[in-house]
Amino acid sequence: MDETPNDELISNPARIAAGFSQLLRGLGIEVPLSRVMSFVQALGWVGLSERHSVYWAGRATLISDPEDIELYNRAFEVFWERKRPSGLDVELPAISVSIATDSDEEAADVDPQIDEDHGPTLQLRYSPTETLKDKDFAECDEQELDELRRLMGSLRFTSSLRPSRRRLPTKYQTRHPDMRRTLRSAISMGGEPIHRKFVQRDRRPRRLVLLIDVSGSMEPYARALIRFAHATVVGRTRVEAFAIGTRLTRITRELSSRDPDAALRAASGAVTDWSGGTRLGATLKEFNELWGLRGMARGAIVVLLSDGWDRGEPELLGEQMQRLHRVSHRQVWVNPLKHTPGYAPLAGGMAAALPHTDDFIEGHSFESLERLAEAVSA
Amino acid sequence: MFNFPDSPAAVSAALSDHNYLTDEGLSTVVYLAMTMQRPLFLEGDAGVGKTELAKVLAAWTGGELIRLQCYEGIDASQALYEWDYTRQLLHLRTAEASGRAESDSEAIEDELYSDRFLIRRPLLQAIDYSGEHRPVLLVDEVDRADDEFEAFLLEVLSDHSVTIPELGTLGSGKPPLVVVTSNRTRDVHDALKRRCLYHWVNHPDLEREIEIIRLKSPEADAALARQVALAVQAMRGMGLYKPPGVAETIDWSTALGKLGESILTEETIKATLGTVLKYREDQERVSGQGIEMIMAAAANG
Repeated sequence: MDETPNDELISNPARIAAGFSQLLRGLGIEVPLSRVMSFVQALGWVGLSERHSVYWAGRATLISDPEDIELYNRAFEVFWERKRPSGLDVELPAISVSIATDSDEEAADVDPQIDEDHGPTLQLRYSPTETLKDKDFAECDEQELDELRRLMGSLRFTSSLRPSRRRLPTKYQTRHPDMRRTLRSAISMGGEPIHRKFVQRDRRPRRLVLLIDVSGSMEPYARALIRFAHATVVGRTRVEAFAIGTRLTRITRELSSRDPDAALRAASGAVTDWSGGTRLGATLKEFNELWGLRGMARGAIVVLLSDGWDRGEPELLGEQMQRLHRVSHRQVWVNPLKHTPGYAPLAGGMAAALPHTDDFIEGHSFESLERLAEAVSA
Repeated sequence: MFNFPDSPAAVSAALSDHNYLTDEGLSTVVYLAMTMQRPLFLEGDAGVGKTELAKVLAAWTGGELIRLQCYEGIDASQALYEWDYTRQLLHLRTAEASGRAESDSEAIEDELYSDRFLIRRPLLQAIDYSGEHRPVLLVDEVDRADDEFEAFLLEVLSDHSVTIPELGTLGSGKPPLVVVTSNRTRDVHDALKRRCLYHWVNHPDLEREIEIIRLKSPEADAALARQVALAVQAMRGMGLYKPPGVAETIDWSTALGKLGESILTEETIKATLGTVLKYREDQERVSGQGIEMIMAAAANG
């Protein structure tokens, strides 16, 4: 390939592969060594002479998410065609205000002595916690929010169970015989199945899907709710989290880190439309088409955390909620405005969505999120 | 006669001989999967021809197509092997009736757990294959299975052998050509993806789709094929609940061909819409405001 950036590299596919993988990693694509080795192996088969062979060999071995294809294409152009990488800087999502900066500041603000000083603070902390629990997130200062985030880490979810197709051995008599174990014991009884063994259906937790509104009107709540999403994602395996605003962003992977600060940093980095507008209907449609109706929402508990302010058409939101409702097990709408005196869910989007909502609960405070945890496990 | 391909172009030519048209990307990936002996992991919208590829690969290579359809709760006894309990029990009773059971229980146990009473499920069939050509193993819709199943699949696919406690290790040493498909209802574990070659299957572009129609439904003449392809491509841009895949395109043009139509008209579209669109809302949308748009798109071609 005469367009390779450095002539010295031509003779050495391994070097090329490593260099290219390095570039991909720089763009945030995870490329483990085993993949690089596969790429080298693949290059050995297709050769380096054809641009498209190299392209497809890399695409098959180095990435495995359709979301990464766009980044891969750009990296490929830069690396193999010596395009100026300036386009990269421009097009990479601009990371706007993020939780990360907040928590960094908080970390700096908090007097380290408080944390070290164990005995007395324990009691002092107790009472503010109690009052904090039903305090509106919007009225909390940074330090209180920090305290609440810690509390959320202690929330544990057990979502409702559904019968699984898997069967487990049981000592009780059921309608399903366990032939394998019955036969085993029959051998020692001279072929007589005296002890009959049984299986029963296993039960598994339902999948939980969280859709968090990150638009401007939700700003005071969104960060607290993302922290809440982190607590649920870490707590169990079958949770999916998305940020919705003007666009749909999947943040499950970002939130899966155990370290809350790292997880929040990653999630806020991934979301590019913090505090923007809301197109609830359109984003929900995107969710339905890309994830929800394909199977993610099937039999799942879907939780929408939003104030229902929507700049789009309410009919679209209603239609999409109905679509989602047809496949989901239960739909929960958490609206921080609900506790406001005199609030009625009349705003266009909210009114359209309400008929397709099983539970409508408030989400302005920690206590109300505890109630959500209960609603989910019901 | 199957000749091992020496380039992606050879793969593409061979597959089109079997009525499957690929693009450059897919033929390169298939070529690599065959030479590197890696499983092929295909993702893409429903109806873009993922499952079909496995069938065509089997027809081409002459290997048997062994299909494992995944579903929730699938486990080793449905995917790998199971003992034939009823026959085992019968055998045991016969032995008892002839008085062997007490004297020779160890020998009877050996008999019970022999190949004779083993039910081979798809994975075992593919791994322990005695035929001449490598079989093609299709693991369909792996995202429907539980995540525990993935770990199990990973183990089987990387070792190409299975150990059955009562029998020992089975495996023919001829790794099958594996095609894993997913509709992306959830993320499949990275470890499994890493072991595979990955390809995202797209809808075909216009010219290729016309070629596919011509190949798959010869009843439709060239003009109709072009119109249908244009119409379908227009439908994909309409934001439908379920945009039609290639499978639907083929159904539609076959239906039109069978009806003896040689041109798309508003009436024929209405009458045959059920072959392309499977949601009432989609049909309403298209017949409400879309048919003119589709007619226009089809007329432009």
